[in-house]
Amino acid sequence: MTETRNTHILSGAGHPHAPPTEAADEVVAFSVSGQDFCIDIMAVREIRGWTETTILPHAQSYVKGVINLRGAVVPVVDLSDRLGLGTVSPGARHVIIITQIGQRIVGLLADVVTDILALDPASVQPVPEIAAETARAFISGVASVEGRMLRRIDLTRILPQAEARAA
Amino acid sequence: MSVDTESFRAGFFEECDDLLEALQDGLSLLLARQETEDTIHAVFRAVHSIKGGAGAFRLDALVDFAHRFETLLDRLRSATAPPELATLALCQRAGDHLADLVAAARTDGDSPAPEVSAQLQALLDASIVAAPAHPQPGEAPGGATFMPLVLDLDLAVAPATPSADAFSPPHGQGTPAIAAPAPPVPHDDTTHPPPAAAELPPHRVRLVPRTGFYEAGHDPGILIAALAELGPIDTRLDAAALPPLDRAEPEASHLAWDIRADPAIPEPALREVFEFVEGLCTLEIVIAQPGPPDATADPRHRAPQGSGMAASPQGLHPGQRRPAEPSSGREYPTAQTEAAPQEVSAAPPPRTASAADRSSAPETEGHIHSPPDAPASEPAPAFFDRRRLAREGGTQSIRVDLDRVDRLINLVGELVIKEAMLSQSIARAGLPRESDVVAGLEGLKQLAGEIQEGVMAIRAQPLKPLFQRMSRILREAGEATGKQVRLVMQGEQTEVDKTVIERLVDPLTHMLRNAVDHGLETPAARRAAGKPEEGSVILSAAHRSGRVLIEVCDDGGGIDRMTVLARARARGLVPEHAELTPAEIDALLFLPGFSSREEVSALSGRGVGLDVVRREIQALGGRVTIASEPGCGTSFSISLPLTLAVLEGMVVDLAGQTLVIPIGAVQETLQPSGLRLHPLGGGAQVLHNRGGILPVVDLGATFGFRPALSSPEGRVLVVLETDANRRCALLVDGIHDQRQVVIKSLEDNFARIEGIAAATILGDGRIALIVDPDALLTAAPPGFDAVA
Repeated sequence: MTETRNTHILSGAGHPHAPPTEAADEVVAFSVSGQDFCIDIMAVREIRGWTETTILPHAQSYVKGVINLRGAVVPVVDLSDRLGLGTVSPGARHVIIITQIGQRIVGLLADVVTDILALDPASVQPVPEIAAETARAFISGVASVEGRMLRRIDLTRILPQAEARAA
Repeated sequence: MSVDTESFRAGFFEECDDLLEALQDGLSLLLARQETEDTIHAVFRAVHSIKGGAGAFRLDALVDFAHRFETLLDRLRSATAPPELATLALCQRAGDHLADLVAAARTDGDSPAPEVSAQLQALLDASIVAAPAHPQPGEAPGGATFMPLVLDLDLAVAPATPSADAFSPPHGQGTPAIAAPAPPVPHDDTTHPPPAAAELPPHRVRLVPRTGFYEAGHDPGILIAALAELGPIDTRLDAAALPPLDRAEPEASHLAWDIRADPAIPEPALREVFEFVEGLCTLEIVIAQPGPPDATADPRHRAPQGSGMAASPQGLHPGQRRPAEPSSGREYPTAQTEAAPQEVSAAPPPRTASAADRSSAPETEGHIHSPPDAPASEPAPAFFDRRRLAREGGTQSIRVDLDRVDRLINLVGELVIKEAMLSQSIARAGLPRESDVVAGLEGLKQLAGEIQEGVMAIRAQPLKPLFQRMSRILREAGEATGKQVRLVMQGEQTEVDKTVIERLVDPLTHMLRNAVDHGLETPAARRAAGKPEEGSVILSAAHRSGRVLIEVCDDGGGIDRMTVLARARARGLVPEHAELTPAEIDALLFLPGFSSREEVSALSGRGVGLDVVRREIQALGGRVTIASEPGCGTSFSISLPLTLAVLEGMVVDLAGQTLVIPIGAVQETLQPSGLRLHPLGGGAQVLHNRGGILPVVDLGATFGFRPALSSPEGRVLVVLETDANRRCALLVDGIHDQRQVVIKSLEDNFARIEGIAAATILGDGRIALIVDPDALLTAAPPGFDAVA
């Protein structure tokens, strides 16, 4: 499923279930350790299959290492670890979502990309108070789409430097 | 139009850079008493051109200052005696200030230090009064020649305003910025009108085409006609070299023309006519000279000594290339106040001389401040016209956006990686070595390497502008400390990556100030030591085995090792009873927070020590070393990579990862079998090797790739050395290869990582990290391995 879906997304065609509307934000939805997340589609540069990374010494556990993206050195963040859902041993079925965060290019490790959706901003609600601190730190809002709970990720907090700047 | 104005402005400031450089060059030559007749004219013209351009852009402060400066220079150039040192020193200060004003105008900033401006202007005015005025028959005064330029440029910039008054009226009365105006300087042409043009002897041109002249499709008739358009001429054919018809070669050139042209024709216009045939003919131009008629009446009278002016038949034989005679211009009496610097210039321009000079400049004898493109023996270009500069220097240049070059460098880097990937897959495919594919790939590899080198060379720039900046720093440091300093520059044409040059400014500034402040003794102490009162600092650069070596040497008292050691002990930087070698004591200067001066001076002791210098140099992939001889001086050597884009590295395996170690840091590699590793407690191990004790760094454990190894058996030790005699042995799994790698930043998309300098992409497309040896070694204290 991921393969066809990926090509679908990369070709830039809209998803039949989610015709984009003027007011809606288009997002890329994906799952990490069984939970559904989404990020703004404008931040997504491309989606690649998993490739072996080069491990960085002294790096945070959620930084899986760096990959070569057409000559650029791009770090890969294990979203599952970053979001406090446990580390992942990536394999051929995992995908790396290449995103642009500010001036940086960062790869996000995810289980599978599920959808491209048009998200009505009004349907996005703030994260409930009861949620754990880790979750609240990286999630800017939640939305219920077709019975699924989509967590919207705040990309600026994913990298450690961004975290430091925000603090 | 605003776009046009902008581009004019940008062009003007670019021009200013060249002019300021020429100004500095000229002043340095004058100070070193190595000037030619043209030097002072070149200096004058540089200031004059800056003033002219500045006037067009209404940069009043700049115009005002440049005008005073120019007036003084004008006096100096018409004086018979060479200018006094004090006046030259003033000129240098004025030149520095002019550079500041240009910089301020460029950024639309305020005039820097108006009090300096006022002070210098007053000084200049005083000197102008002091300098004797001389008739200037050959050239109109600065103000007058300056006016048409304003008009020209004004048309493009601000046509509505009737110009000219951006600048004070000619003849020097305009001194509005000065509270107590200097007495109006009478300009001599008001009292002594220049001789009428008719009184001047004509310009003389002798044109002897070579065979190539005709082959290139030129026609002497067209040139002569073009000359005739400028003014009345008188042309005579010289067919003396024509051989008898039966021996004549039909394709050869045998004829020559002697032309007398109206002296009213300006020299540049005259020369421009022959612009396109330079090198294709022998061209002798004698510009009209006022003065003793015998000096100019027949130039050939003066030139039988083989100066290229000889009229002898063999001298004019077609096709025979005469050696260029750069010195011929000096054989002419030039005490007259004619502005045209090259009374005689043998064409073609002395290309050979300047080329030879350039090639020898970086390596050999240091002629002080003498720019290779205009060595002392060669007259500087007559006008600061870029085409002329390009022609005479033998170089032509274009200005290219740096981003474009960097994009190209990136692409070439990709090409090299792709090529390596291809090599690997071909090797895996098991093709025979002699197959066409392998041979073709070899060729591709070589081409890619050459392209890479060529592209890197685009970023390379001569160090000269940087060195010139340093000459100012040194001067100011000398003034601040009351010491007399002379800067000797060597090899300033050495080319280094632009980024490296930019990042050298701070460390070099610091080192030069340091040399003056701490290195050189006071004049009294120098006298007592039997040295000349004037200290000298040598700033030199050279290419050495793929790196650039920059040295700062002073002839001061050398490092006071006792004081240094005592201070280091007092600060707890060295154990109380440690015995250090002289070199180790010298290296202590690089320790953070070390300042050997008892009282911190305003100049260099600002709590920023040589440790900062070293850090900056290391960040460039370079190293600094120090050498000192008591009583004779101290020298700092900086060794830098030519570029920041590639690196020669050793590719090693470590716990399934591939790493690259910069080859510059690798001293040797060892098989640990047969060597003894000594445990030091706490898991630390040391290696006894060649009489020294090295700490062993288990890189796998340091980087957290795997737990510490219990035995180094079957692995490899790479001995690294950085500055200050710090050494260590890195324990890695195996050595792969040694190769050039393209440096990729980790910081662009991620962050700096301790112990890692950068990343690179290997032939298989995977990323390998480049180890930062200095970071690995910071843990080891200096002198640790010295205890034998």
